[in-house]
Amino acid sequence: MVTFWVALLAISILVYLLLDGFDLGVGILFLLPNSEPRRRAMLGAIAPFWDGNETWLVVTGVILWGAFPVVYATVLSAFYLPVIFMLLGLILRGVAFEFRNKSQRSRWIWDLSFGGGSLVASFMQGAMVGALVQGLPIANGQYTGGTFGWFSTFSVLCGVGLCLGYALLGACWLVRKRGGIVRDVARAQVPVLATGVLAFLILVFSHALLQHLPILHRWIERPYLFVFPAIGVGAACVLASSILRHDDYWPFHMVSLIFVMAFGTLAVSFWPSMVPFAITIDEAAAPHASLAFMFWGEGLFIFPLMLVYVVTGFHVFRGKFDSAPGHY
Amino acid sequence: MDATALLLSRLQFAFTISFHIIFPAFTIGLAAWLTLLEALHLSTGRQVYQVLFEFWLKIFGIAFGLGVVSGVVMGFQFGTNWSELSKMSGPIQGPLLSYETFTAFMLEASFFGILVFGRPRVHPCFYLFSAAMVALGTTLSAFWIMINNSWMQVPAGYVQQNGMFVPDDWLKIIFNPVAMVRFVHMLLAAYLSGAFCVAATGAWYMLRKTYQAEAQIMLRMGLFLAAVLVPAQLVFGHLVGDYVHQHQPAKFAAIEARWHDEQPAGEVIVAIPDATTESNRYEIKIPVLGSIIASMTTTSREVGLTSFPAEDRPPVLIPFLTFRLMVGCGLIMLVLAWLGSWRIMHHQIERSRWLLGSTFLSFPLPFVATLAGWYTAEVGRQPWVVYGMLRTARAMTPFLTADAALTTLVLFGAVYAFIFSFGIAFIYRLLRAGPGGTLAEVASGAMPNRPMSVADPEPLSPHGYPQAGE
Ligand code: HDD
Ligand code: HEM
Ligand code: HEM
Repeated sequence: MVTFWVALLAISILVYLLLDGFDLGVGILFLLPNSEPRRRAMLGAIAPFWDGNETWLVVTGVILWGAFPVVYATVLSAFYLPVIFMLLGLILRGVAFEFRNKSQRSRWIWDLSFGGGSLVASFMQGAMVGALVQGLPIANGQYTGGTFGWFSTFSVLCGVGLCLGYALLGACWLVRKRGGIVRDVARAQVPVLATGVLAFLILVFSHALLQHLPILHRWIERPYLFVFPAIGVGAACVLASSILRHDDYWPFHMVSLIFVMAFGTLAVSFWPSMVPFAITIDEAAAPHASLAFMFWGEGLFIFPLMLVYVVTGFHVFRGKFDSAPGHY
Repeated sequence: MDATALLLSRLQFAFTISFHIIFPAFTIGLAAWLTLLEALHLSTGRQVYQVLFEFWLKIFGIAFGLGVVSGVVMGFQFGTNWSELSKMSGPIQGPLLSYETFTAFMLEASFFGILVFGRPRVHPCFYLFSAAMVALGTTLSAFWIMINNSWMQVPAGYVQQNGMFVPDDWLKIIFNPVAMVRFVHMLLAAYLSGAFCVAATGAWYMLRKTYQAEAQIMLRMGLFLAAVLVPAQLVFGHLVGDYVHQHQPAKFAAIEARWHDEQPAGEVIVAIPDATTESNRYEIKIPVLGSIIASMTTTSREVGLTSFPAEDRPPVLIPFLTFRLMVGCGLIMLVLAWLGSWRIMHHQIERSRWLLGSTFLSFPLPFVATLAGWYTAEVGRQPWVVYGMLRTARAMTPFLTADAALTTLVLFGAVYAFIFSFGIAFIYRLLRAGPGGTLAEVASGAMPNRPMSVADPEPLSPHGYPQAGE
């Protein structure tokens, strides 16, 4: 039962990372100098998806609360400021989507809150992951780090890294969904962003290895775990070649694969702790009565339905969205 | 434990949830009304129903969107500000909220897209079905939330283990009789909000002498519905009061501003309760009525606040006033709905300008009553967050500092004020433009998952952007 909910939690986080990742990424790229028609084309490429994508954040949150209440309580309260800044960023960017079209004079405000909101939300997510990897100060099950305990050079680096990563996903999404100048600009951005992301990933993992020797032992003891980073490297190679070949379809999938593998590498490194080296999965799990209640309804029946819904949604909007972007 | 941080956290929770509830109160009712309109359109074939449907769908879109963004915040605030509560009650509240997310948000999200963009693509019956599913989704959401909150008001079906509330009997938790009456009370409040907004819009157009055909229907449907629902609401209000009387005697005494045990008890109509002297100033009181209301007898003994230790008493002033505000709004709505319905039946409504004017001005009443009702329930529950089991002061994140709480409270205030004013301005503009307004048209490029896009003057089509300027 516990394993089932760990798996579901992992799937939800991954779905969230990939889906909201690309639309947050487009939001970040939105901040770069762009002409109005290009901005509109960028928005159009994510408009049908972003709201459904964001729901996965809520899904992740409630699975965490229901199945692992201790983690939910510890992590969210330790990350008080980053969580709330993330939420405010998400609110601003969510309404900006809708409001910018109805305004003319105030449009710059909504442009700013769309791009800025996306950037803040992404940065905060990255910083939180970074702080988790580094290890939160926890004594007797109680967080002891204070208001800024999450803040460190490393977590800031991770924040920047995730912004780069999302921007890379976003650029690949634009390459896949758009044509004309929007695609060309995005395609030129991919190699730059990809280099940044890879450098950053290597940095994070070496840091994690150096700081937490137990992880190193795990990798030495179980060399088969190296499939995760290996597949990631393979995906990076395919990414490079598809960019060179001007292929529009593969870059997005390859970057997604890199994300999945990076997530997998992190997860197996820290297994079985949920809050690295402070709280393990078994300590965090809710009582059986809670897990079973969730399992027999939402876990078994509704979760698969939600996945079907995502697939259908993306199926309806498959292919390139290009009929007009020629006229920039 | 930092007392200022506690106060700020409570303010922040109260502010963000008050902001949130305004939108669900509206969308739950509106979703049901949209379904009804579509059903009428299908069965009678009258065009006017479709015009109304398209019109209200745009407004629904904006309100729904604001409800979603403010709701996402709520889902995380339990963890950020109330970590002790989330840890202890997580095994019960977590699964309940996760059922809300999985069952309700899933339905809403899937069918909202079809509702907005799918009309040309799906069979009319399926379209109606989609409208019904959105309505069902919002209703389910309210259902789970009320179960959740009712568990905090009257905990049931649990045992305490390792400092946690562990579920023992889910049936007792979900089919808590308290939750059932409160769910209906909340649902009726939402339907009344929808009904009064619709009726007020009808009255507005009638006063302005525009869109007469639509105005007639809105006024009729809104007021007739309210004429039936308000009395039902008063009955359920009484039932909700019964549960408070039975399970939360201290809250009941606070609502009644009853400081000392009385037999038979009077009913305080007007007063300014004063906790320092444990008595009421400027009191107007009807003898014996208090016993009748509470126990349906003329002789019952009713408990007063001084029968509880001081540290277990809720604040008195707020529950006392908000309860009267809620009931007052309900009574005004009753008068308006019955007078209006009577006038409509005698075909005199067009001539009663003052009645049209008051109907137009009445649309805030259900919202005020809803907020006042929640304040009665939540402030009256103090000092407990899980009634009788966990004090609010113990529920807070222990290491939260006042500075951090103040920063976020100010930010929430600023951001919400900002988006609220724009959202309301857009709704106002749509309403002013009216059903025939040219503000919006829905493009064929389908686009689900984007609540507010219905109201876009030029929808963001994924198939290339419309080029026209605004
Ligand atoms: C009686 C009704 C009611 C009440 C008391 C609440 N909500 Fe709510 N909520 C709804 C009725 C609703 C709704 C009608 O279902 C909404 C509003 C608009 C919408 O899209 O769904 C919604 C949206 C909504 C969302 C966004 C859903 C999405 O992503 O699509 C979340 C996460 C929450 N709510 C969570 C909460 C929490 C944690 C609450 C309590 C503390 C709460 N709501 C009180
Ligand atoms: C939607 C309508 C609601 C409104 C307007 C509302 C209002 C309030 C208010 C005014 C307070 C502050 C009381 C005080 O501190 O004196 C409060 C507290 C609280 N409410 Fe609600 N509430 C609503 C719904 C809910 C729901 C559905 C839940 C849970 C599922 C909930 C959980 C809480 C909690 C945990 C607190 C603790 C903080 C505190 O006691 O201050 N509320 N609410
Ligand atoms: C005679 C009329 C009414 C009575 C006697 C009544 C009674 C009550 C009582 C005692 C509560 C507190 C419940 C608690 O502590 O949990 C309550 C809450 C509430 N009331 Fe009313 N009410 C009346 C009319 C209305 C009207 C007209 C509306 C809205 C249109 C409304 C909306 C609410 C809401 C939203 C709540 C909070 C949810 C809840 O606690 O169930 N009430 N009501």
